Amino acid sequence: MASTVEMEQPEKVWGGGNKPFAISYGKIMMWFFIISDALSFSGFLTAYGFMRYANELSWPVAEDVFTHFPFLTGDHPLLYVALMTFILIMSSVTMVLAVHHGHQNNKNKVILWMALTVVGGLIFLGSQAWEWSHFISGDKGAVEINLPSTVSARAANGEMKDIRLGKNVIMHIVTSDGEKLSLSQVVDGELGHESNHGLEFSSEEVISAFKHNGELELMMPGKEKLVVPHAAAANLLDSKALAVQGANMVHNEYGKKQFANFFFFITGFHGFHVFSGVVLNFIVFYNVFLGTYEKRKSYEMVEKVGLYWHFVDLVWVFVFTFFYLV
Amino acid sequence: MANNSTSTLWKTFFLLLGLTVVEVALGIIKPSALMGAPLGTSWLNILFILLTLVKAYYIVSTFMHLGGEKKGFRLAVYLPALILIPYLTFILLVEGGYTYDEAPSIY
Repeated sequence: MASTVEMEQPEKVWGGGNKPFAISYGKIMMWFFIISDALSFSGFLTAYGFMRYANELSWPVAEDVFTHFPFLTGDHPLLYVALMTFILIMSSVTMVLAVHHGHQNNKNKVILWMALTVVGGLIFLGSQAWEWSHFISGDKGAVEINLPSTVSARAANGEMKDIRLGKNVIMHIVTSDGEKLSLSQVVDGELGHESNHGLEFSSEEVISAFKHNGELELMMPGKEKLVVPHAAAANLLDSKALAVQGANMVHNEYGKKQFANFFFFITGFHGFHVFSGVVLNFIVFYNVFLGTYEKRKSYEMVEKVGLYWHFVDLVWVFVFTFFYLV
Repeated sequence: MANNSTSTLWKTFFLLLGLTVVEVALGIIKPSALMGAPLGTSWLNILFILLTLVKAYYIVSTFMHLGGEKKGFRLAVYLPALILIPYLTFILLVEGGYTYDEAPSIY
């Protein structure tokens, strides 16, 4: 076989009975699967871009949404996803080291690095679960207004401008200094918690507390940070307004519900890839452990799952940029 | 194929890590010099996208060893992605912009 592959005259290369790309069938197919999967992810991310461009004013700013870090209080935008990115890149390195030692038929080293790759994948999945649970349970809460109309809102430079409200518009409750308040602080005043602490607040109690405190105003999500003054805000709350806590497929306290839908769908689809990658990595790890590839005298299976695993890392690099940074 | 020594791999890892740190730092600081919007988005966002493409290149060529494959195979992998993805992105973002223009300033 080796002798035919090394003949480089063009008519022989593509003449059949030969491997023109000098790469095995399994690896070629894994690459083609990766291309098609990359196109699926591009479809999702560009669809996200479409929605974001189409709702440019009201699209939530990611760093106002993902601000938590385990065991720390206060706002730490980007740090947690940066940690998740680090974990995934790290597990890509352990994977490529497993492949490297596979080439040298070094069984014990392959076992070690495959095991670390599986552990890295599990840590990433755990981090994602934490991120999801925080996103779903929400932070400060918001009100959802259902009164298509035109209101006058104050921009950051103090100018008033007219904005047109559609249906189901999310607004955040702020003090006249522009500080965001949680529903708990709105209802319980000084005694309230900075985030809602798992407490449920009814729409009626939030709306009546808002009306009784002339200091409170409503801020639109999105980069312009427009503020609706108290009187106009109280008027908006009169008609079918809801208190919203957390994010799900129907209501999203951070802003446009499509943001939450895309978040669940894209990071969920990526997380499912990570999960299948961990399962495949574990199966291959177990086979290395049993000596299957040693008997076969080829660790190519490690390379094939390696390709898939690096692809999962590659997709995360793009999700990180387009969901959290840009 | 097995010609990648582990030192190349670690160098790539530290490069990816460094680029991520730079991205996060820029994302937190948001230097005002980069906030101008020349092409419908800020310089900062353009920089983020370029850094992302650099990271993607290193993952594919070093970690996935595509750099070591034959040229024909490299093209078979790169070309569909490099043609179709920018094309789809262009169409959807332009359409998204028009959708926004049709309903100006509705929240």
